Amino acid sequence: MHELSIVADLFTIIEEKASQAKASRVTKVRVLIGELSGVVPELFRSAFNSYKKGTIADRARLEIKITKVKFRCQSCGREIRTRDISAPDFSHSCPFCGSKEVELISGRDLYLEKLEIET
Amino acid sequence: MEKRKKEVLVIEDILGSNKKIASSIRQKLEEKGILAVNLLSSPGSGKTTLLEKIGLKLKDRYKVGVIEGDIETERDAERIRKVGLPAWQITTHGACHLEARMLARLFDQIPADLDFLFIENVGNLVCPASFDLGERLRFVLLSVPEGDDKPRKYPEAFITSHVFIITKADLLPHLPFDANRVTQEALEINPKLEIFRTSAWNGEGLDNLCAFLEKKLQELRAKNA
Ligand SMILES: Nc1nc2c(ncn2[C@@H]2O[C@H](COP(=O)(O)OP(=O)(O)O)[C@@H](O)[C@H]2O)c(=O)[nH]1
Ligand SMILES: [Mg+2]
Ligand SMILES: [Zn+2]
Repeated sequence: MHELSIVADLFTIIEEKASQAKASRVTKVRVLIGELSGVVPELFRSAFNSYKKGTIADRARLEIKITKVKFRCQSCGREIRTRDISAPDFSHSCPFCGSKEVELISGRDLYLEKLEIET
Repeated sequence: MEKRKKEVLVIEDILGSNKKIASSIRQKLEEKGILAVNLLSSPGSGKTTLLEKIGLKLKDRYKVGVIEGDIETERDAERIRKVGLPAWQITTHGACHLEARMLARLFDQIPADLDFLFIENVGNLVCPASFDLGERLRFVLLSVPEGDDKPRKYPEAFITSHVFIITKADLLPHLPFDANRVTQEALEINPKLEIFRTSAWNGEGLDNLCAFLEKKLQELRAKNA
């Protein structure tokens, strides 16, 4: 359960951005969670809801958007989307040209995308 | 006064502060020519035993240090000290992974003239994968008794690693573990993985692994030269 320590870092950013924007309260927090980030959205949500108590975001609603795994083929340059990396047919090669030189370009990231605040 | 709602666009990496600390650790280690390796596996896959064995093989020619991450106790650090290597214990008191800031705290104790710094992460194949520690190489270990269906179950660990080690290979004749299948599956997830098979019992693969580590150390030193 590393979601709690990630949520602690999230709140450091929330507090900083809220104070820069002179917010009196944060009412919504939207995060982007990569499919391959290793974070379980439901654990993240419960960590968020327990951590938020007593903070500027104590009544904030958490919105989670899952970002899909995407690769780029180094050889033909095309973008490759996979349905599911744990699916039995997942293979780390380009379906267009067969090259194995593909680079993961999204799906590992964790971002705080935006806040809704009251001033 | 009327309360006004507004949206603030942020787009900030939530793990940014860990990544920043990790980058600075990586830079400092690499400047000193220290090859740092972060070891990931489930509890009991044989991380400490492997470090004892390769530590013994390397220590006559190289300076080797080990950071041990555990939820509680100094036991693993004590095991490493028994084979004559310096070891530093990080106890996370509940956290299931190491973070870069935990390493940063003990950084001053690490001798600047080390050749290899091994970091044994907390036994867990999920959480540690998300945290860069500033290592140059990441090893993921899977032991034969754990079963051959794991790479797809733990894709983050396999995607973020450079080396995959099948440990406890001495048990292969006794268990239904298809080493070819697991190798194939790991390479489908991450074709760049270097794969080793080791046994701390009969010594299989240990010399190969040490030779690989020496080659990687030379590459790092060549980069610095
Ligand atoms: N059969 C066999 N057992 C091993 C091997 N390496 C370690 N073990 C055993 O596996 C158990 C866990 O090893 P340990 O190194 O403490 O695992 P860690 O939790 O990953 O650090 C111990 O009982 C070891 O003796 C090996 O190569 N072969
Ligand atoms: Mg251990
Ligand atoms: Zn292609």
